[in-house]
Amino acid sequence: MEPLDMELEEGELELPAEPMHLNMGPSHPAMHGTVRIVLELSGETMVKADVQIGYLHRGFEKMCERGTWAQVFPYVDRLNYVSPMLNNVGYALAVEKLCGLVVPDRCQWYRMALGELARISDHLTCDGAMAMELGAFTPFLWFVKAREMVWDILEEETGARLTHSFGRIGGMANPPTQDFKGLCRAALPKIVDLVEEGERMLLKNRIFIDRLENVGAISGADAVGLGWTGPCLRATGVAYDIRKAHPYLKYDEVDFDVPVGTKGDTLDRFLVRLGEIRQSKRIIEQSIDRMADDGPINCDAPSVILPEKTAVYTTIEATIQHFKLIMEGAKIPAGEVYSYTEGGNGELGYYLVSDGSGTPYRVRIRPPCFQITGGLSKLLEGRMLSDIVPTFGSLNMIGGECDH
Amino acid sequence: MSQLVLDKLKERFTTAIVETHSQHGDDTAVVDPPQWKAICEFLRRDPELDFDLPVDLCGVDYPDRVPRMEVVMHLYSISRGHRIRLKARVGDEDMAGADLDSVTSIWPGMNWLEREVFDMSGVRFRGHPDLRRILMYPEFEGHPLQRTYAADRTQPLVPYRTEAEAGMPIHKLEPFGPDEGMPFGRVRSPRPEDD
Repeated sequence: MEPLDMELEEGELELPAEPMHLNMGPSHPAMHGTVRIVLELSGETMVKADVQIGYLHRGFEKMCERGTWAQVFPYVDRLNYVSPMLNNVGYALAVEKLCGLVVPDRCQWYRMALGELARISDHLTCDGAMAMELGAFTPFLWFVKAREMVWDILEEETGARLTHSFGRIGGMANPPTQDFKGLCRAALPKIVDLVEEGERMLLKNRIFIDRLENVGAISGADAVGLGWTGPCLRATGVAYDIRKAHPYLKYDEVDFDVPVGTKGDTLDRFLVRLGEIRQSKRIIEQSIDRMADDGPINCDAPSVILPEKTAVYTTIEATIQHFKLIMEGAKIPAGEVYSYTEGGNGELGYYLVSDGSGTPYRVRIRPPCFQITGGLSKLLEGRMLSDIVPTFGSLNMIGGECDH
Repeated sequence: MSQLVLDKLKERFTTAIVETHSQHGDDTAVVDPPQWKAICEFLRRDPELDFDLPVDLCGVDYPDRVPRMEVVMHLYSISRGHRIRLKARVGDEDMAGADLDSVTSIWPGMNWLEREVFDMSGVRFRGHPDLRRILMYPEFEGHPLQRTYAADRTQPLVPYRTEAEAGMPIHKLEPFGPDEGMPFGRVRSPRPEDD
């Protein structure tokens, strides 16, 4: 900085300013993940923001090229670790599209119910953590309490709270438990009650609203050009939801609305997520009503589905089939496919290339929050430093997914 | 998906469309790399096509082929509800000539995707405003998603001093080399075929 050596008259003091560089992250208590933002500040205003990711890169796509097709499931769990079930279902659907398999109705309803539970958990985590980062700790606890109920159901179904690895090519690892419908019916009203309670605490709070409203706003056309999808895009008013636009599973047979925002600011993103929790509740209720209590959960496709355990232990044919599926992997027909589903953050796409062997030739994931985070610097430039926290929180960047 | 997109592309760019197919309902056009940007511009601007959402961009490496690297782009049109997959094959065995024109000016969202393809697959984009590595660190050597990049190769930014610190053997021994996993389940491994 230049020394102030000139003569100054009182009242005309103008300090010479030059941009200050500030490193935020990769590990910062107010940040929502391992991401680094290199800021150029003029006073408290951000002139330039360079968002740098990659701190959680674990070589997902490279690892997938080494195991069998089925061994990808544990990896996709760890991409978006707040809604792993949606990733499991998305990957299973992609491989099934490549094989030309369609899972039985009961499995489709089951996948929808589990997927929407995961979506609730995703949105609760995002909105709760965002409130907490703004200092509202209690609503976070309310939302986490509701998320705990979701996880209890998922634990009962899959045996794991977070990384379920529950999807299978051509079905699910296990059929729904006896109590599944009862558990959902008991927990869903409680979850919505807790969400409403948290909402009452936050949305009448002047400070909370002031920090969100008109902060980090983006127009619909800009968001589309950046490749945004999911709640962040719908907050701008573009009602693009894959469940409506290109229904998969049984989404065309259930009633639900697509909540949209108007301004595309942080408050809209917050509200769209809360709206989607309510819609997910509706979808789950309709799914469990229509899901049969018995019937097959897996396709009748011995080329990809493991045989019954009792048969494996008692017959040689099933033993050989099991051995071949585990050791060589299911042989997936050669070809390429792009399959897309609505993940927690937007369009979750898998581009798979198969050479006809038991090992994927290429697994490419299209993580929704990669491009959403790519638009972050556009939202930040020209805003105040303190706006980073709500803006970044509302984008729900998930490190595992964004950094592959 | 719709056949309309492929028909319009073939009509407008006759020889630049190398091949087309619609496997599993995904309309695909393989295009001549020099025409990459012009075709993208057309897909974005033509009112009947109107591809406004840049969905994905990735590289698929086929080390036995020339050109070796396949750059795959997925696009979607929110207003028309159709998709297309666009491919360009670039680069010889050593990835020389693996260049494409950047389409960042058409879709700002391609900025990070092109950086990722550069970082992971080693395709360079001409005219990209800021072509740096995105997932790996600047000191990283090579491009991990090229199939010639050994999967067990490590490049720690702060070198391991001992095997105990690495938590694993620094140089893995057979059979835990690059083919770790299920080597006999692969197409390329020599294996007597049973009839």
